[in-house]
Amino acid sequence: MSQTELARSAPPAPKGPVEEFTTLAPSPRELMKRRAKSHIGFIVGMSIIVFFCIVAIFAPFLAPHDPYDQNLSARLVDPVWGAKGTWSNIFGTDAFGRDVLSRLMYGARLSLMIGFTAAFIAGVIGVTLGIVGGYFGGKVDAVIVYLINVKLALPVILVALSIASISGGSILVLILVLGLLTWDRYAVVVRSLTQQFRDQEFVLSSLAAGASHARIIFREILPNLTNQIIVVASLDMAIIILIEAALSFLGLGVRPPTPSWGLMVAEARAVMFFKPHLIMVPGAAIFLLVIAINMAGDGIRDVTSPEGRG
Amino acid sequence: MTRADSGASQTSEPVIDVSGLNVDISVPAGILHAVSDVSFSVGPAETLSLVGESGCGKTITSLAMMRLLPRSAKLTARHIRFDGMDITNYTEKDMTRLRGNRMGMIFQDPMTSLNPVYRIGDQLEEVYMRHRNASRKEARERASFLLEKVGIINPAQRLTQFPHQLSGGLRQRMMIAMMLMCEPKLLIADEPTTALDVTVQVQILQLLRSLQKEFSMAIVLITHNLGVVARMADKVAIMYAGKVVEQGSVQDVFDRPTHPYTRGLLECIPRHGLTAGHDKLGSIPGIVPSLVGKVTGCSFRNRCLHAEEVCAMRDVALRPVKDNHDYRCLFSPEELAGAREGVAAQ
Repeated sequence: MSQTELARSAPPAPKGPVEEFTTLAPSPRELMKRRAKSHIGFIVGMSIIVFFCIVAIFAPFLAPHDPYDQNLSARLVDPVWGAKGTWSNIFGTDAFGRDVLSRLMYGARLSLMIGFTAAFIAGVIGVTLGIVGGYFGGKVDAVIVYLINVKLALPVILVALSIASISGGSILVLILVLGLLTWDRYAVVVRSLTQQFRDQEFVLSSLAAGASHARIIFREILPNLTNQIIVVASLDMAIIILIEAALSFLGLGVRPPTPSWGLMVAEARAVMFFKPHLIMVPGAAIFLLVIAINMAGDGIRDVTSPEGRG
Repeated sequence: MTRADSGASQTSEPVIDVSGLNVDISVPAGILHAVSDVSFSVGPAETLSLVGESGCGKTITSLAMMRLLPRSAKLTARHIRFDGMDITNYTEKDMTRLRGNRMGMIFQDPMTSLNPVYRIGDQLEEVYMRHRNASRKEARERASFLLEKVGIINPAQRLTQFPHQLSGGLRQRMMIAMMLMCEPKLLIADEPTTALDVTVQVQILQLLRSLQKEFSMAIVLITHNLGVVARMADKVAIMYAGKVVEQGSVQDVFDRPTHPYTRGLLECIPRHGLTAGHDKLGSIPGIVPSLVGKVTGCSFRNRCLHAEEVCAMRDVALRPVKDNHDYRCLFSPEELAGAREGVAAQ
């Protein structure tokens, strides 16, 4: 067959520039906004978190009393719904006569601060290890998988307990310990996602455009992982807040008289049968914050689901 | 009119000159000889087409030119000379400076070759800013200039869109524009139209040709569509099982196909009148042999009409049909042509 004959077998080309049709799809951000507005769990969870954050940030202005101020003449005052409750101490006072509401507000500061920073530290460690292992594979990956397995074999509470008891439990130590003990879930998720993205053609084409490995990791792959990292971070933060409360309850976390929710529950133990609200109020706060973070985390996953990424 | 008739300049220094390229990949079963003894050169404004079926080493050859092979692959070559420099032993850092700047590559699937989280503009501008130390503003100007070049009517708006908002054809145009940001001397196009529908294919091919003329680029076009080869290429290399079995100018190879595989390929194309109803469309029976372990003899022998015992024993070197037209077979062109007519006569 001759060459001209073959050339003719291809369809004729249209003349002049052709504007092709494009979908008039809204931008990803637009789509996300729409989904967020109709996601009840996301809205409820986020509202509660925002509420707690505002309370925590403005605690010095919002709190009706000084959280450290003891008043031994007004110990164990009933909450406002109790028999002898007053509006001056809405949630009553504890065994030292300190205002429960004020301590709760300052406790929110501590819980959120520890939750954020520890989850951030864990995130930095976990994301770095996961992305490096997933991207480079081979021996590097084998070492990182080994590290993840070692971490998974460590019982978090037990290790946190022993370190806290040895070091005497300052807030800084608590943050570091929790950060160093919860990075594994980031690493696992990020590693497997990186493996998927590494083989995508846009990574190859950006290599072909002269991008270095570092550039590929930070500019091409990492932005694609943000959504999932945020989801993992929110769940991680919820767990860290729970562990912090547990450690403080056991007397190995935050030291008294610092207002911490776990510590408040521990201190109320002695009077739990005749003043149950002293346990229930901080307990409810922990419950509310943790469930709100979980709801928001699930919500973020749904709202930023991949179909918005086309 | 076809490409070869226009007589692109063959005299000037080649942009890419590959000689004796071998790529071996370690797989669990042993060493896979993905590409063996591939040599070719492409001059400015010239198009070489690599043709062959899936797994014959076309893509590996092109990745080898960009030095983007996977780590499990080992590359050896007498030389890979790009623009006068031997890049066979260039470090990764040196290659990074070349890729996207002096040489570019576009891929088969435009749906996945742009990063979904960035606007088109950011992705185009980044290449230019990185290689040319240009400002964002200069890069933006360059990007909209190139979008117009690739036939996009409202560049300013397109640059602010995300990849998922564009059709496949538009995305491929974007990829071409991205690779042209720094005016590369060599553009490797790995089946650039396979994932597109037929009308868009033609537009993209036309676009590549007009851009080639304008920027005087060398193009290495990987395809398995011989119609595309005839339309686009000056030279063609037919690959089979990691080796070039026939290469030469498109005119020579198509007018006088010599290797049995090339003949088979050309017979696989449906033509008006010749194949309608009464005659079966040609096909090549059999499958490509495994390339793992040591390969001796002609790798096409199991599917070849002319195969004799000697084909299994001797390795075959490329030999000339005439100047600049080589084939890889033990038999002479006359023997092959004669045997062919004998078969046809029966």
